[in-house]
Amino acid sequence: MNINDVILKTVSKAVVLIILTFGIYLFLSGHNQPGGGFIGGLVIASAFVLMFLSYDSETVSDALPIDFKKLSAFGVLLAMASGIAPMFFGGAFLAQSFGYFDLPIFGKTELATVTIFEAGIALTVIGVVVNIILSISEDE
Amino acid sequence: MYLLIFAILIPFIATALIPLIHKRIGAFHIGWFVLLVPLALFAIFVMQIPAISNGETLIQAVNWIPSLGINFTAYLDGLSLIMALLITGMGSLVVLYSIYYLSSSDSFPHFYAYLLLFMGAMLGVVLSDNLLVLYVFWELTSISSFLLIAFWYHRKNSRYGAQKSLLITVFGGFGMLAGFLMLHSMTGTFSIREIAAVLGQYTDHTLFYPAMFLVLLGAFTKSAQFPFHIWLPDAMEAPTPVSAYLHSATMVKAGIYLVARFTPLFGGSAAWFWTVTLVGLVTLFWGAFCAVRQTDLKALLAYSTISQLGLIMSLFGLGSAALHFGDGELGELYGLAIFAALFHMINHSTFKGALFMVVGIIDHQVGTRDTRRLGGLISFLPITFTFAVIGSFSMAGLPFFNGFLSKEMFFTATVNAAILPAFGASTWGLLIPVIAWIASVFTFVYCMVFVFRTFFGTPQLKKLDRKPVEPSIGMLISPAILCIFIVGLFFVPNLLGDHLLKPAMNGIIPGIPGAAPHISAWHGFNAELFMTLGIIVIGTFLFLTFRSWYKIYLIQPAGWNFTVLYNSFLKGLKRAANWITTHYMTGYLPAYFAYIFIFFIVTSGGALIFTGALSIDLTADSPIAIYEGMLIAVMVIAAISMLFAKSRLTAILLNGVLGFSIAIFFVLFRAPDLALTQLVIETVTTALFLLCFNFLPEWTKEDSPKRTKIRNAVIAISAGVTVTLIGLTVNSGRLFDSISGYFEDSYELAGGDNIVNAILGDFRAFDTMLESLVLFIAGLGVYTLIRLKLGKGTKKDEHQ
Repeated sequence: MNINDVILKTVSKAVVLIILTFGIYLFLSGHNQPGGGFIGGLVIASAFVLMFLSYDSETVSDALPIDFKKLSAFGVLLAMASGIAPMFFGGAFLAQSFGYFDLPIFGKTELATVTIFEAGIALTVIGVVVNIILSISEDE
Repeated sequence: MYLLIFAILIPFIATALIPLIHKRIGAFHIGWFVLLVPLALFAIFVMQIPAISNGETLIQAVNWIPSLGINFTAYLDGLSLIMALLITGMGSLVVLYSIYYLSSSDSFPHFYAYLLLFMGAMLGVVLSDNLLVLYVFWELTSISSFLLIAFWYHRKNSRYGAQKSLLITVFGGFGMLAGFLMLHSMTGTFSIREIAAVLGQYTDHTLFYPAMFLVLLGAFTKSAQFPFHIWLPDAMEAPTPVSAYLHSATMVKAGIYLVARFTPLFGGSAAWFWTVTLVGLVTLFWGAFCAVRQTDLKALLAYSTISQLGLIMSLFGLGSAALHFGDGELGELYGLAIFAALFHMINHSTFKGALFMVVGIIDHQVGTRDTRRLGGLISFLPITFTFAVIGSFSMAGLPFFNGFLSKEMFFTATVNAAILPAFGASTWGLLIPVIAWIASVFTFVYCMVFVFRTFFGTPQLKKLDRKPVEPSIGMLISPAILCIFIVGLFFVPNLLGDHLLKPAMNGIIPGIPGAAPHISAWHGFNAELFMTLGIIVIGTFLFLTFRSWYKIYLIQPAGWNFTVLYNSFLKGLKRAANWITTHYMTGYLPAYFAYIFIFFIVTSGGALIFTGALSIDLTADSPIAIYEGMLIAVMVIAAISMLFAKSRLTAILLNGVLGFSIAIFFVLFRAPDLALTQLVIETVTTALFLLCFNFLPEWTKEDSPKRTKIRNAVIAISAGVTVTLIGLTVNSGRLFDSISGYFEDSYELAGGDNIVNAILGDFRAFDTMLESLVLFIAGLGVYTLIRLKLGKGTKKDEHQ
């Protein structure tokens, strides 16, 4: 094994964790601060890409049995479903609502349906980006 | 509550569940689960009959895109109830029949998924009040029809028929969409009910007649009216249950439904009356005339369907005259045609459905449906023979079957039309009953061909694949039920007339309730009865002497039909497309960039100049700070050095410099979201470049002639100038007031402080959703291009 590989693998173990945490933070904070579904998804995707770069794709696929094609399809469907749902409650297509709730640990918290929509966007971005990079890298 | 909307959605939900159920049930036939869907829906719609027959209507609306006037409004009146009952009732019978018809080598999940998709789409068409929603469902029926015709896609004819039906019906559908948009631009609404209320004021509008003809184009293509009928015979490549369901009982009636639905809007004008009537009559005649010569039983039924659709269509045309007269004696006289049309629409579904199922049984049991190989089956298939006789005699308009009643009413309507005191009918009006009568003679002949060539004569068992025996009981249930209806409706027609046809007629020609007759089989020795008697006499004579007048079909030269025209049009289209594509798809990247940039310069730059938006006012701009100037200098240097880079790596790095400088600009101008996105994009792009590096060919110095270089430079500089001008204009030119103030209230409106995200996820969520869809499709495209290379795994039987 090449010495550079060892360094890369050791570093990426820690870095992937940090990037993932940062990505999830960006995703959740997007409502009131910089961030959001697209950028959060992109950061999480870059963490996955780093994993695939530093380890070979078989190892990662074993540890992370996700079909990224299906993930992106699920994301699109989730975004659309979150748009259709309000129609059953008298709202228009893609209408979003929000409310403030008192939760046990978090205290007064704002919950918004836009988070579900953003989750759909994030999953689409993760799925598509990782899928593109994987298919290029695995091409013979 | 939202009963109607759920009725439309249930088939779609069931479609999604089919693959899941199919995996779990093992050997159990999935058709039994599918059968529950139309049965339940049929029950739901039957329960609506009492309310509807009292003259009530049901409206259930769900907001969809209210800002554009697009709402999911389900509307149930007599007309839609008839259609809904046909869709779910025939749907149940066809699903039951298909369980026994399909062979175990067919893919059941696909078949039933397509069938349910169609059922939901068709219900959507007949229950939608909103034109755009109707249009979406309309095209969905075309797509599901395409999938079902091509169900046996390994056959070349199936693929041809599927493509033909799709091209013709979608062509008409596009026309119809244009007509809908014209209606919207006249009246400002997409709701059919609202348009019907106000369209009377717009008869002088320049768009009134274009809208009418475009809507009719959609109806005529869908209902296989002359000259667009050519797709229906080719659609017979579909499995027989599909032909019985889509291509005779329901989908082809969508066009007729549309005509009926739009009669209150356009009816009463001469253009509508003559177009619908004449197209219907020509189709009636041509379909019947062509049906006689067919040797394939399914082709015979296809042409007969075309003909019968023409009959119903012409009745709707004749009946529209009632709206010209309004309530009164004349209105009631001509309004009868509408009643007859609705009656015949139901009757046609019963007898044609039964006949298709009979053909399916014959095909299934003996392996052919060619009349030249069939004959004498009466002693082998006595039950099937009974169904065939009931169905054909009803179609021929003979007594004791429901077809007789509606056919007599059709003759009444045509005889009345000959003396129509409007629309200039006095000169040519006599032709209407004459054409109708001649076409009915041919109808009689092909009905006899169907029965006698198949079931009488000497049996030719050696020409058959199998020894004919009656099929299992399951295949006989559905046609038996239809035959009960055929006979039953003859004896108790008024049950149907009073509860379904009358309310439907009142919706189509509002304000003329007296037009609905009391249906009676016997009404004395009148013109209609003598017309029927004449048909039987002449028709029998023509059937017996068929060989001596067969030559009449040879008059039409082989190359002179619409199918040849269609084929040569497609061929020419392919050749032209190929010619254009080979001329611009050079495989040379700079050429593609040139197209994109020239298009951009012409459209954006042109719009900027022609709308007069171009105005540059620098006085209000803030001064450029030194560090901003330095950053710009870095970017300019990076961009220019990229042109002279000696290696690919240098170029990529310089490109990165550009990207990161832009990110810094975003930071400077306090756009943290954009800065973050730009940084991550740059990172991922770099990773992509690293991956692609291996696959790229050797970096070669571009060696194009000087003229090309100068041309490219001009294009590049113009593109840059255009972008700069747009940027400067955006800041100073004001065609309308700024809308950004609205977004500043994002905390109150969307509950979020981050305006960028409130815009992305809430205010303009539709854009975001479509963008994610585009991203998804692009991802799939990349995957497909890389993974599925042609020539590796493709099968040889692609062009069988």
